[in-house]
Amino acid sequence: MMNWDPIIISMKTASLSILITFFIGLIVAWGIVKLKNDSIKIVLDGIFTLPIVLPPTVVGFFLLYIFGVRGPIGKFFIDFFAVKIAFSWSATVIAAVVMSFPLMYRSARGAFEQVDSNLVDAGRTLGMSEWKIFWKVLFANALPGIISGGILAYARGLGEFGATAMLAGNIAGQTRTLPMAVYSEVAAGNMGSAFDYVIVIVFIAFIAIFIMDYVTLRKEKQWK
Amino acid sequence: MGIKLLKVNIFKKLKEFDLEVDFELKQKRLGILGPSGCGKSMTLKSVLTSDEETVYFDSNRKINLKPQKRNVGYLFQNYALFPNMTVEENVASGLSKGSDNKIVSEMIKRFHLEGLEKRYPRQLSGGQQQRVALARILAYGPDVILLDEPFSAMDTFLKEQLRIELVNSLKDFDGFSIMVTHDRDEAFQFCDELIVLDEGKIIAKGDIYEIFENPKRVQVARLTGCKNISRIEIIDDFHLRSLDWGVDFEVSERISPDITHIGIRAHDFSAAEKDDVNVMDTIDSTLLEMPFEWEVTLANGLWWKYDKQIDNHEFTVPEYIKVDPKDIILLEK
Repeated sequence: MMNWDPIIISMKTASLSILITFFIGLIVAWGIVKLKNDSIKIVLDGIFTLPIVLPPTVVGFFLLYIFGVRGPIGKFFIDFFAVKIAFSWSATVIAAVVMSFPLMYRSARGAFEQVDSNLVDAGRTLGMSEWKIFWKVLFANALPGIISGGILAYARGLGEFGATAMLAGNIAGQTRTLPMAVYSEVAAGNMGSAFDYVIVIVFIAFIAIFIMDYVTLRKEKQWK
Repeated sequence: MGIKLLKVNIFKKLKEFDLEVDFELKQKRLGILGPSGCGKSMTLKSVLTSDEETVYFDSNRKINLKPQKRNVGYLFQNYALFPNMTVEENVASGLSKGSDNKIVSEMIKRFHLEGLEKRYPRQLSGGQQQRVALARILAYGPDVILLDEPFSAMDTFLKEQLRIELVNSLKDFDGFSIMVTHDRDEAFQFCDELIVLDEGKIIAKGDIYEIFENPKRVQVARLTGCKNISRIEIIDDFHLRSLDWGVDFEVSERISPDITHIGIRAHDFSAAEKDDVNVMDTIDSTLLEMPFEWEVTLANGLWWKYDKQIDNHEFTVPEYIKVDPKDIILLEK
């Protein structure tokens, strides 16, 4: 009988992390697009893109440094809320968010930059608020690109391994996500149960991509 | 409508030159004419964007507002309709939530868009898109409408049609409109007043007929479509020598020492006898046929355009042609 814990943990982690990544990615991308100073733009872009370029274990190392019991944020949470972040379920979410963020941010930024800047100016001259322009003009017209960024980020979050291993560990029933479970089963020589998890991952990833692609296509067809 | 007078005062440092534009608008329709890259569109955008240098007067109260609050409508070159919204939603996009839905249906009717309410911009023709864009602007109720080269990317036939439509649509508009263009015909058709820009500076300003009749400066003459322009040497008060064509001319106006060039419009020549005033021969000229005119290029480079009927294909270039002294335009650099 297959142990369902990794599946449930992974679904929870991937769902929560995509929610966080999606909105933070959008807002950060918007901020970067609006930024006028090119050198600040380049520096910030570098920082936001770094996690995708660095080896996941290196990112995990940094995260451990920050969120670990002696790290600045980790210590703060322990002292004030008596909550330990490292090696808890929330650590899997943090690792997934950080690792999937660059994909969301870069896709959203690219999608925003593709939107005709005249549309934004038109919105302004028509008295639309910046907030309304963001949602009704920028977001709505960049939606296909944003959704594909969302797909990528979700898939990345679901498959996150290296940084998760560093920050959250591989605690059965707590932080053992699907990729961790595959690794553990293989390490223990249980190729059969590893295969079951692999099937589940492929299935979930495929369904997610299918749903989002379908939504994008329908939206695009509607305007054309 | 609060505005009686529109004042614009812009100073902006650009890469190639400084933009220094300063004008007051009393008549309803102003044109800004200039070659590409002279700062025309920048001027228009400055009326729009929240630059400190732009001062925008509302009933003589000095204010400098965000674009959202300026109450300025802007007709973009590509119309900038929101592709994700239907015609109806586009027209309504400038209205605040609680406002009357009647305005939208009124505008749909006024711009003959009935039946297209649920379509998306991509499903519309260029003319329909222009009407939606205008309906959207007028639904918002601006005090000023800015038009940024509205016909620059169109073929001739569509252009003519849309020009007429635009002039008609804006006939009932009660506020000011400012059009930026590099096309003298567009400017002439659309505007009461004209500003000519070059390298960020105003080089002519005033009534459109006056500027076309008496451009005063070389750049202005060129932009208003004067085909023949030559450097000159003054001989006496009423005579000068053109350096580019090698011909001496008599003029009807006393030549001031500031005059450095003359201009002759291509239509201002006529057939002549050998001993008339301002005569030149047509030896070695080339003749080109256009649908409605003959184009003669003299050996010295002068252009002459002569109207014709479309079914007329025969033309003998007269041996001599002349230009009336009063048709010679005196120009300063």
